[in-house]
Amino acid sequence: MGTRSRAAACLGAASIGRKNALVLILTASMLGGCSGSYSWGWYVVLPTTAQGLSNIQFLLSGLWQTVAISLCAVAISAPLGLLVALPGLARNRWIRSINRIYVEIIRSIPILALMLWVHYGLPILLGINFSAFTSGLITLIVSDSAFTAEIFRAGIQSIDKGQHEAAEALGLNYRDKMRDVIVPQAIRRILPALGNQFVYIVKMSSILSIVGVFELTKKANELTTTIYRPLEIYTFLCLEYLVLVLIISAGVRRLERWLTIDRRA
Amino acid sequence: MSDAPGRTPMIEVRGARKAFGAAEVLRGIDLTVGRGEIVAIIGPSGSGKSTLLRAINHLETLDAGEIRLDGRRVNLPLRGRAFERHVNALRRQIGMVFQQFNLFPHLSVLDNLALAPMRARGLDRQEARALATTYLERVHIPEQAQKYPAQLSGGQQQRVAIARALCMRPKIMLFDEPTSALDPEMIKEVLDVMVELAEDGMTMIVVTHEMGFAREVADTIAFMDHGRIVEALPPAQFFTAARTERAQLFLSRILGH
Repeated sequence: MGTRSRAAACLGAASIGRKNALVLILTASMLGGCSGSYSWGWYVVLPTTAQGLSNIQFLLSGLWQTVAISLCAVAISAPLGLLVALPGLARNRWIRSINRIYVEIIRSIPILALMLWVHYGLPILLGINFSAFTSGLITLIVSDSAFTAEIFRAGIQSIDKGQHEAAEALGLNYRDKMRDVIVPQAIRRILPALGNQFVYIVKMSSILSIVGVFELTKKANELTTTIYRPLEIYTFLCLEYLVLVLIISAGVRRLERWLTIDRRA
Repeated sequence: MSDAPGRTPMIEVRGARKAFGAAEVLRGIDLTVGRGEIVAIIGPSGSGKSTLLRAINHLETLDAGEIRLDGRRVNLPLRGRAFERHVNALRRQIGMVFQQFNLFPHLSVLDNLALAPMRARGLDRQEARALATTYLERVHIPEQAQKYPAQLSGGQQQRVAIARALCMRPKIMLFDEPTSALDPEMIKEVLDVMVELAEDGMTMIVVTHEMGFAREVADTIAFMDHGRIVEALPPAQFFTAARTERAQLFLSRILGH
């Protein structure tokens, strides 16, 4: 424990002053003490035992829900983000303000509050009842669309003015210009950022556990209540997300290569 | 500014004015371009050459004055959708070639050419590609059809840009310093294509610094300075007997080096 807490103390002393550093040292040594005496019980998630195997199967059974909800969310929120971005590019101030208001309000709402509002608020206020899955999906879509809209806006604005002029000079109307010339180029540029958002959605889907969607996190919560091994189970959960995110990263990279190959000189 | 008797001129500009903030870029321009006529616009940078050219297909809006294409007014006081339809209909009759080529980097050469005929003229993909191939042959690079713009040299890219504009079968071609971004050894291949166009009877307005081209190909040289057309003369007269001091000064500078 010694080295780590000493290093932490040094860092603390350097940055936050003596009195606070003292508190930090105390806290660190207490935490260090705990971790030192904790005995891990990895057997709960080891596939070599029958119990471990069935636990793993239980945890992994949430995978389908996580994947399904993430894919649905990104498939809808990305086009929605584009639709929200377009008025943000208008010359007219009032049309632009549609985009600003949507983006500023939506992205300032904590995603948890938004989800509780959709799932528990709408039935009371409007008599609309959604399943937990649908509520969660709506929440992810709405929340993500505000961020995606900003990404699209930045991407579209980064396209050279000459591209707009060339398309306009050929007599293309606004829709054709955006669809065939501007947006395809913008998407190539913002692909890494969109990939980032997809990763964000996958991880954020974990809060759907709160309204009772049986995705990965909910499964982990459930298992924790029957087998009291939260550290091991949540570590396994983190690994599940890690694998998902790595798969997405690889996919986005492939897509980037595939889309840029035609522009290479 | 020759004009066949009884025919409307292809382009008529009357009293064109444009200011960017306090800077007056066009200060009352009158210009008539007849059918098949080739006008070279020359002059120092900042004299309003490009702005005038861009105003003709409404990439710039005029503050005052009017522009007619083949008798139809370009700058109409329409708004919204109606305006977009009007302008697009006119732009389809005007080919524009830019200094920076402005090819679509994500599309193959063939699709760069085929896009506008498909979208703006309603051709199907096969017809549009056939048309595109025809015009690629006209600019002498049919073998580059499947390549992407970044794989071509500057001269090839500009020829693709010319072919792309021609695919709309325009009544007039506007060239905005088409060779200024090119390496010297590539200028000729672009100018050659332009000369062939001129020989085919295309109406052209060319903003250029290529005095050789202006002298050999243009019917009229319009010299612009400070937002005005100072002189508009046939090349033979312009180069030997420019009347104004400013034109003489410009010529001595540009021909001197």
